[in-house]
Amino acid sequence: MREVNVKDLIPIVKKLCIDANYYIGEDIISKIKEFKEKEESPTAINVLDILLENYELADKEQMPICQDTGVAVCFVELGQDVHMVGGDFTEAINEGVRQGYEDGYLRKSMVDDPIIDRINTKDNTPAIIYTDIVSGDKIKITIAPKGGGSENMSEVKMMKAADGIKGVVDFVVDRISRSGGNPCPPIVVGVGLGGNFEQSALLAKKSLLRSLTEKNPDPKWAKVEDEILEKVNNLGIGPQGLGGRTTALGVHILSKPCHIASMPVAVNVQCHAARHKSAVI
Amino acid sequence: MEIHLTTPLKTEDLEKLKIGDQVYITGTIYTGRDAAHKRLVELLEKGEKLPFDAEGQIIYYVGPAPAPPGKPIGSAGPTTSYRMDPYAPALLDVGMKAMIGKGPRDQTVIDSMIKNKAVYLAAVGGAAVVVAKSIKESKVIAYEDLGPEAIREMKVENFPCVVANDVYGNDIYKAGVEEYKR
Repeated sequence: MREVNVKDLIPIVKKLCIDANYYIGEDIISKIKEFKEKEESPTAINVLDILLENYELADKEQMPICQDTGVAVCFVELGQDVHMVGGDFTEAINEGVRQGYEDGYLRKSMVDDPIIDRINTKDNTPAIIYTDIVSGDKIKITIAPKGGGSENMSEVKMMKAADGIKGVVDFVVDRISRSGGNPCPPIVVGVGLGGNFEQSALLAKKSLLRSLTEKNPDPKWAKVEDEILEKVNNLGIGPQGLGGRTTALGVHILSKPCHIASMPVAVNVQCHAARHKSAVI
Repeated sequence: MEIHLTTPLKTEDLEKLKIGDQVYITGTIYTGRDAAHKRLVELLEKGEKLPFDAEGQIIYYVGPAPAPPGKPIGSAGPTTSYRMDPYAPALLDVGMKAMIGKGPRDQTVIDSMIKNKAVYLAAVGGAAVVVAKSIKESKVIAYEDLGPEAIREMKVENFPCVVANDVYGNDIYKAGVEEYKR
């Protein structure tokens, strides 16, 4: 059994919040450059150039890529041989978020009550925390700040087995078509298949953590990803919805077994500022 | 076309704009998003005055990040505009001439732009540091309690955007997609 003081997690979470918001992944930069080569619309090429310039400026000026520095979504893989001491684990994660968003000059975007009061909590807490218990004595923490504009274009549909793969592809493409310029294209499309209602949504979100330069390890799903990507980019939406060939940079699928009666499909839309950073403790 | 505009905007300047034109704005603009719009429209419904003179002005849909030391503002790109669609016509009716945001508007807003000779300008979403460079001053003038959603008065120089809806009812979000879909 390895003891870990939860207070040691605070500076790590703080740094992950700041780094994720300031520094875009190399995979996004290389994909945007790759798509720019194939882009036909001059307006679209101009937008892609501005995005590349913005990533560079954010890094140089130490400012967040986007003013929407998101909900702090926190994925934890907790080794079962770890014993947490020194305080409350959830509170430690929230304290790290609080410090990161304050000291990193990140926007505080959380309201306390979703419907009636909607009063800003002023420190971007609470984080949304998912914990998986895994083997070993390490803790892996990933912070994936998620903006509201793209999240709002996401959807879960409980389909029937008879809808088949065609039904899934059509639903995902239609969801992106209806999103148009709203989610800040070029986007990454996260697709969760199977599990149940809530697990499909979580799979879709987790799929966004995969690097854009990594192929789906299952050739069956890699093929479906390519098919959806081609259809989405044929919609003509383009960067920012102003028209063009670059609507999505990638489609990521994660799947799980499901009930004989069900076929849950979730689409989680991610803007071009696909931010996530991880640390292992 | 590249066009430079200064605020307050004049109708004859807006009549020259066509969708797709690159526009650079210099002067004073006002910010507001969901929560501020709700309050502004409630004021108008009660017959009260807005916290700023709307005539010829621009409202920018943004909730900026806090200003780091030595900078007038933090990252400040546009937010998605459709959430302001229920409120936008009321503001155009009292003289506002332009909105800056990202993403398409509904037909009610487009009709209101035709009626009021107003335009909708698109800034690049997620290019928040690039946009912030054109903002030279920023101060909260109303609803400080809303935090990032407070109304700010900003002095901007060559703020970059593209004409998304002109005064004639044209819509770049429809025209652009039509041109490139397969």
